[in-house]
Amino acid sequence: MFNIEKYSKVKSVSEAVSLLEKNPRARLIAGGTDVLIRLREGEEDYTELIDIHDLAELMDIQKRENGDISMGAGVTFSQVMENAIIKESIPVIAQAAGTIGGPQVRNVATIGGNICNGAISADSAAALFVLDAVLEIERVNGARELPVREFYLGPGRVALEHGDVLKAIIVKQENYAGYGANYYKYAMRNAMDIATIGCAATCKLDGEVIEELKIAFTVAAPKPMRAQTAEDGARGKRVTDENIEKIAALVMEDLNPRDSWRASKNFRLQVIRILAKRVITAAIEDAGVQR
Amino acid sequence: MSVGIAVERKDALAKVSGRAKFTEDFSVKGLKHAVYVRSTIAHGRVIKIDTQKAREIEGVRAIFTYEDVPKNLFATAGHPYAIDRAAADVADRLMLTQDIRLEGDEIAIVVADTELIAHRAAAQVEVEYEPYAALVTPEAILAPDARKIHPGGNVVGAHSYEVGGEIKTAEKEAEIVLEGEYSTAMVQHCHLENHIAYAYMEDGDNIIIVSSTQIPHISRRIVSEAINFPLGNIKVVKPFIGGGFGAKQDVIIEPIVAFLTMKMNGTPVQLNLSREETIATTRTRHPFYGKAKGGMTREGELKFLDLDVVSVTGAYASHGHSIAIAGGSKTCTMYPRAVIRYNAKTIYANMPCAGAMRAYGTPQVVFITECLMEDMARKAGIDPLDFRIKNVGLPGDTNPYNKQKILTHGLQECLIKGRELFDWDGKKAAYVDKKTGVIRSGIGVACFSYASGTYPGNVEIASCRLILNPDGSVHVHVGATEIGQGSDTAFAQMAAETTGINYADVKVISTQDTDYTPFDTGAYASRQTYVNGQAVYKAAVELREKILSYAEKVTGQAKEALTIAGDRVVYHAQPETMLITLRDLATDSYYHKNRGGQITSEVSFKTQTNAPSFGCTFVAVDVDIELCKVTIKQIINVHDSGKIINPMTAKGQVHGGMFMSIGAALFEELLVDETSGRIYNNNLLDYKFPTITDMPDLDCAFVETDEPTSSYGVKSLGEPPTISPAPAIRNAILDATGVAPDRLPMSPKNLFEQFKQAGLI
Repeated sequence: MFNIEKYSKVKSVSEAVSLLEKNPRARLIAGGTDVLIRLREGEEDYTELIDIHDLAELMDIQKRENGDISMGAGVTFSQVMENAIIKESIPVIAQAAGTIGGPQVRNVATIGGNICNGAISADSAAALFVLDAVLEIERVNGARELPVREFYLGPGRVALEHGDVLKAIIVKQENYAGYGANYYKYAMRNAMDIATIGCAATCKLDGEVIEELKIAFTVAAPKPMRAQTAEDGARGKRVTDENIEKIAALVMEDLNPRDSWRASKNFRLQVIRILAKRVITAAIEDAGVQR
Repeated sequence: MSVGIAVERKDALAKVSGRAKFTEDFSVKGLKHAVYVRSTIAHGRVIKIDTQKAREIEGVRAIFTYEDVPKNLFATAGHPYAIDRAAADVADRLMLTQDIRLEGDEIAIVVADTELIAHRAAAQVEVEYEPYAALVTPEAILAPDARKIHPGGNVVGAHSYEVGGEIKTAEKEAEIVLEGEYSTAMVQHCHLENHIAYAYMEDGDNIIIVSSTQIPHISRRIVSEAINFPLGNIKVVKPFIGGGFGAKQDVIIEPIVAFLTMKMNGTPVQLNLSREETIATTRTRHPFYGKAKGGMTREGELKFLDLDVVSVTGAYASHGHSIAIAGGSKTCTMYPRAVIRYNAKTIYANMPCAGAMRAYGTPQVVFITECLMEDMARKAGIDPLDFRIKNVGLPGDTNPYNKQKILTHGLQECLIKGRELFDWDGKKAAYVDKKTGVIRSGIGVACFSYASGTYPGNVEIASCRLILNPDGSVHVHVGATEIGQGSDTAFAQMAAETTGINYADVKVISTQDTDYTPFDTGAYASRQTYVNGQAVYKAAVELREKILSYAEKVTGQAKEALTIAGDRVVYHAQPETMLITLRDLATDSYYHKNRGGQITSEVSFKTQTNAPSFGCTFVAVDVDIELCKVTIKQIINVHDSGKIINPMTAKGQVHGGMFMSIGAALFEELLVDETSGRIYNNNLLDYKFPTITDMPDLDCAFVETDEPTSSYGVKSLGEPPTISPAPAIRNAILDATGVAPDRLPMSPKNLFEQFKQAGLI
């Protein structure tokens, strides 16, 4: 039994936006896999709900004429995993989606909810970061766009103000076409877990030379992070074991994992170092160079 | 023929179709809901409690605190009553307490119209504490100046023995001596259905409790003791139950719901613990800290094992020192020709209370023993499997601990069978060059022994009532409780086997009701097929005899010439010739005006033997050194559980036990802060109970000895599968990496520390 005092099921995003405007305490609920947990824990912040679950305008996945891919924020992870456009053009998103929770969770949890929740462990975040995804956010005075890399502010905090509704996630063609990619979720078990460390990379090659490498981590800093120094260091490097080791060693320049009872800092550092190496290698292989 | 056949479980359809009714599924008119007010500190005393704000919340019906409950301490362990009061369980509980001994201790309880209201009200109860330093580590608990967690001190029990000779002598004879320290973690049962019970009153002075319990009859007695209410006026009903694994072999919430309904004029009150409460505040498995020493000759003859263990029972005694006693005794049946010294102590701590959990102390002591055995074999340069094969007990050996002759001892045969099924020697050769690099491979083996009940530690009483229904079907009433292990199915097979009546026509009444169900102490100690099986056998022999005698009356044929074949009585020598159907015979017995009567049999039987069961695990692992992750490539359990009643449910038992042990080996650990006593991970996200995707294919095989002391040649199987996988996995990790893990679980973060220390990463 949940302490839900007020509940509205809306028919459109604009209705959700205007209801939020009128109800300062109201929160959005989509898949509910985070919100209902908060409610079960008795958190009073979630007693007024606006339900955007199953809204058709949030469930669309399409490739635009310019090749950009748009995913509605209400798309579930199961839909992400099964969608032909995603599987063909940005399979790393499907790969990340497949690591989330279990089948029951993936059937209801949404990609928008996953990032709006602000969790530093969000499995979709690392993949969206290396794809330089852009977020379309609806509000009363109109829509705005925000790069996902600017969305996270800190643990549990994102650049949404009351009244904002994340509508869609856009991946531009220039950020996926010609790139190899990979995601690895390191967790204590194979399902129903949050990442100890998550790592995604995309890589574009020019023959055997790295033209562009993008690598992002979750749970390795107070928010999902790109390892910019390693990315800069990778540019123009030949694909060799030695170079990959060197690039992997640079990721720590931008990361700062915490020490907690869940995993010690030293253990996380070990995992980060190894994942960097393995995920970069896998992304290079995906881009076409067999290692 | 029914025994030995993979017949479908009696409860399979009801369970998979969702029609099986569990405690929470009954709708009770006017049901109120109770929620505990729990301590937020691990050690201290409540100096002030204010319930005023909570009482003002609409829908709150009552609040009781530690001031309101009877002050008679009671013991909760699900053991039979001990006539010898010196052997009684430790009585250290009150239903609600002012003295806080773990985070989450029960201070007060709120009863409200809904669970939600009760939760919100419980959060409004204001409590002030006088906090004490939390005692969590054995060093802190046993320090001379440590505060006494209970008035009697911090040691719950201790004992030691030295059997099979003298360690002093054996140590002189040993050419290789090795010492090691090994420890196991606090894990939790994680049974699917949390602890739940409700109670109400009927006819003025009767309390009815419906509970998810393994031990309805024991529960009745303990409730009676806890609330000072006549035993005969308490009735405990056990409907379908979603697992227990020992956590429900303890009387945890039944007394408080009985107390609440008694205080509230018979109003029905339910207590339905959350997963978080179940993990932190019901029961766990005792963590063991072991110091072990062993000696052998260069040729591989085991001379002695010297084990010194500390078992941590947490905030309350529950099963107390019994766990350490039972756990230790098994080593003597495994290696009966060695000198064995066992020194054990059980201590309190400001952490979750440990109790019975599948295999009752044995996984802990066997882990310590089988780590030591492995390390000795390796030091001596002897194949660890050969070392075990050479030293395990054999049929006819005498258990040096209880001086009983071991009539069936299939352990060596299990090891030999496993060697072949697993291809131990082939894998060993193939893995020689897989000991370097990032991914390393290894193999491991470990063995165990177990018991088939608790005798002579406890009485082993079991009962069975058989009734021939007017339609010729049979009802079986047993006090032994089906908790998912398949006992109802096994009893139906036994009754069908011995009477000759079709399995399909035998129905076991699965709901125990202490008003009607004959007495049995319940589901624990893997005792049911062995102990209750004997009562079923005797009752079935009697029923068959009565049916045939009645057939003689009805047909005029001498009963000696008759037998039962499925649904009819036939000539023994000519089974195709029917004399009378069971339906006609039964109808006659009920309704003939001048003869007959209801045909029933009823037996209550005390078993005075206890057959040891055996087995072993073989496992192959890959270890990713860099990521500190272990992958099980193959795992097989081989068991000597005597004759197998049902190969399909037996396999299910083994798979489930292996799953639990793999969890304990690689994943699970309930963590408590050593300074504050705070419980970190009492939820299924942070407590890394493995998922199905973490499980390898589980394989098993049986060596079917024919145990003469039981009715169908059976020995225990419920708990044994969960004993040897963890040490076998540990030994395989050692084989792969050269690093010998000395504590459970061998989770990535723990392996990281060990690999780091060993310079592997």
